[in-house]
Amino acid sequence: MSYPGLELYKKLYLARRCEEYIVKYYPQNDMKTPMHMSMGQEAVAVGVCHAVGSTGLVLATYRSHAAFLAHTQNVPLFFSELYGRVNGLANGKSGSMHLADPDHGHWGSSGIVASTIPIALGLAFAQKRKNTGATTVVFFGDGAIDEGSFWESINVAALMKLPVLFVCEDNGYAVHTPSKKRHGYDSIVDIVGQFRCATFSDDSNDVESICNMTQQALSIIQAGGGPVFLHIKCYRYLEHVGINDDMKDAYRPVEIQEAWLKKDCLVLQRLRLINEQGVEEIVIQQLEEQVETSIHHSIVAAKQYSSPDPSQLFHGVFYEEN
Amino acid sequence: MGFSMRKIDYCQALNEALHQEMAKNPDIFVFGIGVPDHKSVFGSTRGLLETFGPDRCFDTPLCEDSMTGFALGAALGGMRPVHIHIRVDFLLLAMNQIVNMIASYNYSLGGKVKLPIVIRTIIGRGWGQGMHHSKSLQSYFAHIPGLKVVMPTTPRDAKGLLTAALRDNNPVIFIEHRWLYWAENDVPEGEFLIPLGQGNILREGTDLTIVATSWMNVEALRAADLLAKQGVYVEVVDPRTIAPLDEALILRSVEKTGHCLVADNDWVECGFSAEVAARVAEKCFGRLKSPVRRLGFAHTPCPTVRCLEDEFYPNAKRIVAVIHEMLGLPPIDLSGEFSYSHESRFKGPF
Repeated sequence: MSYPGLELYKKLYLARRCEEYIVKYYPQNDMKTPMHMSMGQEAVAVGVCHAVGSTGLVLATYRSHAAFLAHTQNVPLFFSELYGRVNGLANGKSGSMHLADPDHGHWGSSGIVASTIPIALGLAFAQKRKNTGATTVVFFGDGAIDEGSFWESINVAALMKLPVLFVCEDNGYAVHTPSKKRHGYDSIVDIVGQFRCATFSDDSNDVESICNMTQQALSIIQAGGGPVFLHIKCYRYLEHVGINDDMKDAYRPVEIQEAWLKKDCLVLQRLRLINEQGVEEIVIQQLEEQVETSIHHSIVAAKQYSSPDPSQLFHGVFYEEN
Repeated sequence: MGFSMRKIDYCQALNEALHQEMAKNPDIFVFGIGVPDHKSVFGSTRGLLETFGPDRCFDTPLCEDSMTGFALGAALGGMRPVHIHIRVDFLLLAMNQIVNMIASYNYSLGGKVKLPIVIRTIIGRGWGQGMHHSKSLQSYFAHIPGLKVVMPTTPRDAKGLLTAALRDNNPVIFIEHRWLYWAENDVPEGEFLIPLGQGNILREGTDLTIVATSWMNVEALRAADLLAKQGVYVEVVDPRTIAPLDEALILRSVEKTGHCLVADNDWVECGFSAEVAARVAEKCFGRLKSPVRRLGFAHTPCPTVRCLEDEFYPNAKRIVAVIHEMLGLPPIDLSGEFSYSHESRFKGPF
């Protein structure tokens, strides 16, 4: 692909369409796993993971479809896992909340807010000790910054100058509770900036801006400057858990949603490709069809696998030699 | 070298296992609050900083939860972390990472990764350790699938089991007892390991089985001495690892003696003693000549003042009294017999 912006668009489109397929097929009750949808927030995962590249090590949260797909692009096993099939990433044991694919640098997600943040410290320490040069990236929501383990981890990372990129995906809500009802301070960036940790902020929802900002962050980390904290504003389109729009519940102001919909990350990037980067619409359409086909094939293939044998229950509690 | 023996204490045995394994495997590192300081966790980490440097032996901020997650991440990255806590009670600050993350992490990755994490921790007792410096909690950890739980009693076991834990590719909670640090006995000089999941008969006997953990083995052996004077010969079974449990060893002993007392170094309610009693009842009920009995801490927080602390902890005399009841023997006067206390050498903050 000769247009750099096209690759970013492709990843956005992949994440969005995978989730739209989940919305379509979830009511068939064959994907029996609670879905915390990334929809609307994809620019964060795609921009960061694209900058970090395939050598990066990623840890994420239960809302991690976009980060998983952006980093691994492993669509077939993504759907096999969601469908609980034997060929899934963890033979269906993990489902949506614990997605991981170590072969592609994705080291896990968690159902407990903030719990992968400290894991990133140790993973980064190991990279430093083993001189791999790899950067560890940990995604978490703004709910996680309320947890003690976030503050413990920022302190340790700054103290030990660990090569960690902290990425706060701030969608403004912890489940249904807005940040102003949770925070006894105004600016998380100001506070984290008091640690020996560089900070960057973005509220553009523009995948290229996020990607460029991440590249700056990575140059600090790779120069041995210690951890960096990215605070990226975003907006969750659907309910906290599930596949539905929940604007009828009226806990989020409609005007705010409208403002974010106007800067939907896919719309922004598609317009840029056409208007600023001279990409022909037909090229974009072909790309979209290609992604569409690959998702469709992955879903069809996943459904052809069986569920794990009941004897699988006891496998994997402890390490098993191959 | 090799298997030549000499007497060292439990603490030196732990220290020796760390030195030997760290020299062999550069991926092992030890860390935790106060680990490299001049007290070196009662001496158990002595010399590690000087020998292996600050990259492999380091102090941490006071954040047990995050540093436990750090251990998990380091293990995912191919290292072999040893996280050390000077009291078991402090592990409660790390339970989210231990139970929600470490214990199930491999399962969530399809069992494909090695998670060689050792969490060393110490049970306190005496000189007013009180309610926050005296817990054991082995049944907390053994309740959770995905964790191995080890409780060495003898210096030999301390070295052999720690070596096994350091070579294991799974998370191990390694629970030591502060009063056992002074226990001295024969320990092989060279490297050796005791497989996790293999119990040990500390004393053979024919009349009754005592299954004891950690310090309670010392009390059980003392009780066995007292009973032997009366012609009662008890067998003392030390499981050594709580999970995986050497059930077969316990059952064989109970099948032989027909009586079982569990003396656990912990609270009784919903504890390891209940687990042993249940397994014995399930698997050799027909061989029991008396109901399984249990002894453990009083069901109260641990008091500070000595006279109440003495009531809180079971001892050899209590074991003897229970065994008399079980065997239908008349009670004997034990008022002239001593009870263990390390109060004279165990003064000060810890």
